[in-house]
Amino acid sequence: MTEKKSCLKGVGLTKVFGLGRNKNMAVDHVDFDFAEGEIVSIVGESGSGKTTLAKMLLGLINTTEGEIYFKSKKRDIRSQKAKKEYWTNIQAIFQDPFSSYNIFNKIDALFLDCINMRGGKKLPYEKKLEMMTEACSFVNLKFAELTNKYPFELSGGQMQRLMIARIFLLKPQILLADEPTSMIDACSRATILDMLLKLRNDTGMTIIFITHDIGLAYFVSDKVFIMEHGKFVESGTADEVILRPKEAYTKRLLNDVPKIHEEWDLSTVDIKAK
Amino acid sequence: MGKVILEVNELTTKYVTRFNEDVYAVDHVSLKVEEGKSLGIAGESGCGKSTLALSLMGYYFAPLHYTSGEIIIDGQNITGMHPDTVRKNILGNEIAYIPQAAMNALNPTQKIIHFIEDVVQAHDPKVSKKEIYELARERFEVLGLPKEVLQRYPVELSGGMKQRTVIATSVILEPKILIADEPSSALDVTSQKMVIKMLRYMMEKGYVKAMIFITHELPLLYNVTDDIMVMYAGQIVEKGSSKQTVFDPIHPYAKGLMGSIIVPESGLKDTKLTAIPGTPPNLKKPPEGCRFAERCKFVTPECKRYPVDMKYLESDRSYRCIFTEEQLRKAYQND
Amino acid sequence: MKHTLQQVFHSSKFVTGFCIFAAILLTVIIYPIFVPNPPLEIIAQGSFFPPGTYVSTYDTVFSSKAYTLNLPDAAAKRIAAKLGDKERQDIKDYLVLVGVPEAEIDTTNTIQLLSQWDKNYDPSKKISGMIFSKVRYYERLNKSLTGLLSEEGLILAAPNIDTGALEQIGTINLADYVNIKEVASVRTLPLGTDNFGRDVLTELVRATSVSLKIGLIAGLIATFIGLTLGLLGGYIGGTVDDVIMFITNLFTVIPSFVLLILISYSVGQEHRGPVMVATVIGFTSWVWTTRAVRSQVISLRNRDHVNLSKLSGHSLFHIITHDILPYIASYVVMALILQISSAILAEASLSVLGLGPKTSIDPTLGLMMNWAMIYQAQILGKWWAYFPVLIVIALITFSMNLMNTGLDQVFNPALRD
Repeated sequence: MTEKKSCLKGVGLTKVFGLGRNKNMAVDHVDFDFAEGEIVSIVGESGSGKTTLAKMLLGLINTTEGEIYFKSKKRDIRSQKAKKEYWTNIQAIFQDPFSSYNIFNKIDALFLDCINMRGGKKLPYEKKLEMMTEACSFVNLKFAELTNKYPFELSGGQMQRLMIARIFLLKPQILLADEPTSMIDACSRATILDMLLKLRNDTGMTIIFITHDIGLAYFVSDKVFIMEHGKFVESGTADEVILRPKEAYTKRLLNDVPKIHEEWDLSTVDIKAK
Repeated sequence: MGKVILEVNELTTKYVTRFNEDVYAVDHVSLKVEEGKSLGIAGESGCGKSTLALSLMGYYFAPLHYTSGEIIIDGQNITGMHPDTVRKNILGNEIAYIPQAAMNALNPTQKIIHFIEDVVQAHDPKVSKKEIYELARERFEVLGLPKEVLQRYPVELSGGMKQRTVIATSVILEPKILIADEPSSALDVTSQKMVIKMLRYMMEKGYVKAMIFITHELPLLYNVTDDIMVMYAGQIVEKGSSKQTVFDPIHPYAKGLMGSIIVPESGLKDTKLTAIPGTPPNLKKPPEGCRFAERCKFVTPECKRYPVDMKYLESDRSYRCIFTEEQLRKAYQND
Repeated sequence: MKHTLQQVFHSSKFVTGFCIFAAILLTVIIYPIFVPNPPLEIIAQGSFFPPGTYVSTYDTVFSSKAYTLNLPDAAAKRIAAKLGDKERQDIKDYLVLVGVPEAEIDTTNTIQLLSQWDKNYDPSKKISGMIFSKVRYYERLNKSLTGLLSEEGLILAAPNIDTGALEQIGTINLADYVNIKEVASVRTLPLGTDNFGRDVLTELVRATSVSLKIGLIAGLIATFIGLTLGLLGGYIGGTVDDVIMFITNLFTVIPSFVLLILISYSVGQEHRGPVMVATVIGFTSWVWTTRAVRSQVISLRNRDHVNLSKLSGHSLFHIITHDILPYIASYVVMALILQISSAILAEASLSVLGLGPKTSIDPTLGLMMNWAMIYQAQILGKWWAYFPVLIVIALITFSMNLMNTGLDQVFNPALRD
């Protein structure tokens, strides 16, 4: 296996909320190096700082300390123009499809926006239509059925698939998927995961998959990072971390997830404990 | 065969929307739960599983309305009863219900012990506060909750602790059956495990005689309940023991559902997840024939013609499909 | 959107409020078309003429055609109008005072009572203990009773231009009637006149329209300021938010009504037109809109669709106008309605204190209250000068609050049925 090129690298990334006694280290000196074309999972329970880390990577909130390197170049997004430039390279899918859409805009408007962002503003409408139809067919939806529809007329699964179609249109280098399946039914979940895998295979996109579900992380990713209290406690390839965990926290996390082929050991938790 | 604690016959309930349309979210559901057993209900969101949980209590308030069928708890038919009687004598005494966000039921300005006093005195105003305290203390101790919790305010407790407190309170009057609707899905995995362990412990101790557990998380359901019932579009489509239903489903929908289970076990990476295309039917106008027909791989024109009845197998399993078990198995093999 | 509108008009509260408001608005628009009189024209000499139809006496007796109607109860009605129970009792009191034995007086026997009165009343006689106003009252009573039982009619006389002597020009019989439609000059004053002798109804309609205008201008100003500051503070946050919240808190702790009084006073009477007053009200009442909008925006700011819009590279202005404003639009409309109704009340309160718009051009509801108060309409029992104004103010604010509640029920999921 040849050495892969670094896509997104973080050195000593820290985010502190509050001041003085209320100081809260949401993300605490985190280092990582995500290679191009990898699917990386960041797994953590609620409050572990994984969403804060995601927002820092996206540039939606400022970092308190530390540097982010995009393609080995230091990221500088202080000006609005630089931010706009950066956001052509990194995009996101969020947890709640129902709040991801502006309910006053039709679906066409959302897609046209994406095409404009990729510099396709002057294209003839037929060409735009073709692009939108292609994006929709990528996620197994028919664009003809979606025109003139508002997002709330769709199901959660369909909405999330359209979000993937949006990413397909934008073709960023990095996709940050923040719990994209946690509000979705099991049946639709499989579809979404398949599409993310297909997106990586077709476009070579780096996908950062943030989840609390260790099973999902194992299923989709090449590499897994386990996060606890703002720190990465364990990282490595998916097989290493999930099948042969070294850290106690990872072991506990794995143990607490219900399984079907293996015995679910209830004795590890003591309800009498305080 | 044990004593039947809960028997439901052909229960149908509906929602009436603001525009006066009827939505039949629970459509002719029949089930039986025996003493010491637990029944799991699985299904996608919107399939009617939460509505079924609400309907089973026999206490209806708008927009949910009772249409037909009967609910028999330990030989007592509660369907014809006056709502006030149900509220006073059945809820809490005979049947307990834990919704998903049960912990939000705690009044933030009230200590836990006052909450328990309210619950007990609503059913029997004569019980003294001292008796209630003793009962609560003893019960909490058995269920592994420190007695200090009783004197705390809800904000001082963690989410998992609050959830366990509410569950412990819900069975304080020793109801015959407990209906738990996603009691652990808002919690992290460790708290979830503790809740599950506590529910099991309550069954062992006999605080509840039977349990209905509702969740969309199949691995959890598999580990918690004896039997699993799969619901689709307001109807039961498959019922059987947990092991049979998870590893050897008969109905195409159950098959699809079980094929989408993701657990962190070796070999997962090589499995191909099944995805069911399409969306569930609109329950305002459910299809005439099989409700799953639109999304089914093995659909024939026959499927859409008439409503499909449940087929009962010898092994105490049942499913709702026009095909026989052998036909379906053959179809799965060829697929 | 169509669906939402449909829901809004399904809400009985909103519809009731809307109907009341629409009725007021229509009256304000249509009434001046049919009654084009200037609203502040002084038509009456004297103040507080009661409501009713005013018929020109001259036209009635002189220029109209007379009809003879023999109505059996005409005489009784005439006597009853002049000689009510109170008058009869007063006559009895007087007779007793001048020495007529009480047993001989029968107040129900009109003829006997009047003949006793004629015999015993003497305006020059001093009765000890009778106050002067009572003496005058009996003089007036005596005058009005003259000829009450007369069967004869009246003689109309006019002075001869040359000689100056009176000449008979006609007679009026007791059974003479005129048709009110044939009388040349008739004016109906449904709400009488006010202290200056102006038609209250015409004035009220005009005042309502001016007050509504003041409410609308003040409401728009307050909502605009509140919305702008709330959006900026809530969305940008940080120092901008701190500064905006500092100003807002400053305005919150100073009672806005005191501020309103001070500003109105310092502006001076000459410059205080309705628009000026509306502006002053608008600039002092934006505080709550700011706070409400800000808190709404803060909760919206962290929604994923806003993050997504940022990631799409949209500008601040685009995000605020496209991704935030539509979500709070319904809320802002509700705030506007409340602002309008409270501005109308604020104007009324200011005017009652004498700090309203200047008085010579346009009446407002508050000014009408102010005039009624200064000329003691409430003490004199001239209800028509202030009660209709009260009703109109109450109806406007009631209808607006009702519409607001109705909208709230549609847009606020927590209140939905």
